[in-house]
Amino acid sequence: MSKVEARTPPVIHRGTTVDGITAQISDMVLKRPIHRSYVVAMGLVMMLTMALLYSVVWLFYEGVGVWGVQIPVAWGFAIVNFVWWIGIGHAGTFISAMLLLMRQDWRTSINRFAEAMTLFAVACAGMFPLLHLGRPWVFYWLFPYPNTMKLWPQFRSPLVWDVFAVSTYFIISLIFWYVGTIPDWATLRDRADNKAKWFVCGVLALGWRGASRHWKRYQTAYLLLGGLAAPLVISVHSVVGMDFSAAIVPGWHTTIFPPYFVAGAIFSGFAMVLTLAIPLRAIYGLHDVVTIRHIDNCGKLMLITGLIVAYGYAAEMFMGWYGGSTFDWFMDWNRASGPYLWSWWTIIFCNVVAPQALWFRQVRQNVPTMFFMSIIVQIGMWTERFVIVITSLHRDFMPSAWGMYEPTVFDWSTLLGTFGFFLLCFFLFVRLVPMISMSEVRELIHQTDQGRHEPADFSPKYAK
Amino acid sequence: MEAAKKVHEAGYRRAEGYSPHAVTGLSEALGFEKTGVPLIVFIGGIVGGLGGYFMMWYANVISYPWNIGGKPPNSWPAFIPITFEMTVLGAGLMALLGMLVLNGLPCPYHPLFRAPTFEQASQNQYFICIEVADPLFDLDRTRDFLMSLSPLAVVEVPW
Repeated sequence: MSKVEARTPPVIHRGTTVDGITAQISDMVLKRPIHRSYVVAMGLVMMLTMALLYSVVWLFYEGVGVWGVQIPVAWGFAIVNFVWWIGIGHAGTFISAMLLLMRQDWRTSINRFAEAMTLFAVACAGMFPLLHLGRPWVFYWLFPYPNTMKLWPQFRSPLVWDVFAVSTYFIISLIFWYVGTIPDWATLRDRADNKAKWFVCGVLALGWRGASRHWKRYQTAYLLLGGLAAPLVISVHSVVGMDFSAAIVPGWHTTIFPPYFVAGAIFSGFAMVLTLAIPLRAIYGLHDVVTIRHIDNCGKLMLITGLIVAYGYAAEMFMGWYGGSTFDWFMDWNRASGPYLWSWWTIIFCNVVAPQALWFRQVRQNVPTMFFMSIIVQIGMWTERFVIVITSLHRDFMPSAWGMYEPTVFDWSTLLGTFGFFLLCFFLFVRLVPMISMSEVRELIHQTDQGRHEPADFSPKYAK
Repeated sequence: MEAAKKVHEAGYRRAEGYSPHAVTGLSEALGFEKTGVPLIVFIGGIVGGLGGYFMMWYANVISYPWNIGGKPPNSWPAFIPITFEMTVLGAGLMALLGMLVLNGLPCPYHPLFRAPTFEQASQNQYFICIEVADPLFDLDRTRDFLMSLSPLAVVEVPW
C-alpha cells in the first residue's frame, strides 16, 4: 500500500458486496422492526412539532406582535431562521449536484440523505417569510396570477426574487431527489414481501426495469439536473444576500454579501450533514458505506468554506474602515463592543477560530470531535445571521431611533419547533425511503472492484 | 457488456440489456447513441426563460406601468434573477418529463416482469432480451445464439 493510499481511507470498505448492500439498505425500509428508541425519538420530535403548530396558530390568531419584532428591529428571528435553514439545505444540493459534475465518487453514499436534508430544510425555511407576513392568509399575492385587482408583484424587488428562487429551488430539489430514487424503488418493489409494499414501491418505481436505453436517458437527465441545480444553489443564497444588500442599512449594504452568503450556507450545511450522518451511521451500522473518508472530506469542505466566511468578516471590517463612512465604521465597532458583543465574539470563535482545528487530519478523522465541531459551526452560523439581522438594524443612523431586540418565548418555540419538524421529516425519511442510493453504490462497487470479482458468477455450468 | 456487443454484431436490433445499475457503454454497445433528452431540456430552459421575462415585461410595460425608484418600465437588469430561476425551472421540469416520456414510463406492466428471476434485474443480475419483433428473430437459432454467450439461463418470455 502506498503512503497516499494509507492516509486516504477508502470510499467504501473493501469486501462490501452488491448483494450485501442491497439487502442492508432495502431491509431498513422493508423489514426492520420499529425499535423502542425510535418510538421515543419520534415522540420527542412530535412534541416539538406540536410546539411549532401551537406557536403558529397563536401567531395567526394574535399577529406578529407575539414575536419580539419591533421598530427599529422589524426583522427578528423569522429572518434569522429563514436564512439559516435555507443555508443548511445548500450543502445537500452541493453534494448532489456539484460533486456529481466533478465526478467525486465519494458523494454516492451520502447524497440521498443530504438531498432529503435539503428538502426538509427548505420546507422549514420557506415557512418563516410566510409567517412573518402581516397577513399570512394572502401569501399568494406573492405569485403573479391574473387577479381582479389587476396588480402584479414588484418584480424589481429582491424579496420577490426570493419567492421565485426558493420555490424553484424546492421544486428542482424535489425532482432531483425523486429521479435519484426511481431505480431504488424498483429494487424495493422486487424485494417486497407483501402486496401492499409491492404496490406502493411499484407505483413509485413507475415501472422501472433497468433497460440500458432507460439508464442512458436517466443518466443524461440526472446529469443535466445536476448541471441546473449547481448554478441554482448559488443563485438562491445570492438572492437571499441581495435581500439585505439592496437596503441602505449599514452592515447590509455591501457587495460581498452574495458570495459570502453562499459560502456560509455551504459551511453550515456540511456541518448539518455531519450532525445527521454521524449518528445515522452509528445507529444503522453504515460504517461500510459512510466511511471516515466522507467525514474527512466534509471536514475539508467545512475548513475551506469557513475560511471564505472568515474572509467575508475581514472584508466587512476592512471596508467599514477604508470606506470612510462614519455609520459603517460605527456598525463594526458596535458589533464588536456594543450591547450584542456576545454574538459577534461567538461567531468569531465558532466560525473563525474553532474550524482551524480542521487543518489537522487527527481532528478530521476523529468521529466524536467532528460531531462536536459540526454543532459548534451550526451555532456559529445561526449566530452570524443573528448578528447580520439584529445588530445592523438596532443602531442605524440616528441615535434617537436606536432600540434593542428581545426575542419572546414564541420566537424560541418557533425556532425549536422547526427543529422538531425537520427531525420528524427526517425520521420518517429514514424509515420510508432507502437512505443510500443503492444503484449508485452498486455502480461504485463494480468500478472499484473490477477484476476482484470471481468470474464464477457467469460460468456456463449454471445454464439450463 | 461483451455479450451485448456480440448481440449487436450478430445483427439483432430489437435487443435490450437490463442491469441493476447504470453500465457505461452498454446502450452504445446495443446501438443506442442519441437520447434526445438534452434537446428537450434546452427547449424547456429557453421557453421558461423567455416566458419568465415576457411575464415581467408584460406586467411592467403593458399591463400596469408603474414608476418605482425612477427605473424604466422595462428595467431588464432587475428582471435577470427571475428570468434565470424560470429558465432553471423550465429546464428541470422538462428533464424529468422528457426522461420519463421518452422511456415510456410510467409503465405499470411489462411482459418481462413475468420472466423468472427478473426481479434480480434490479438487484444483482444482468439480462439481455431479444424481441420477437427483431427481423433476425428465429426461436431456435436465437436461443442457440444466446446459449453461445454462456449465460446463467435462457428463457422465453410470453408476450
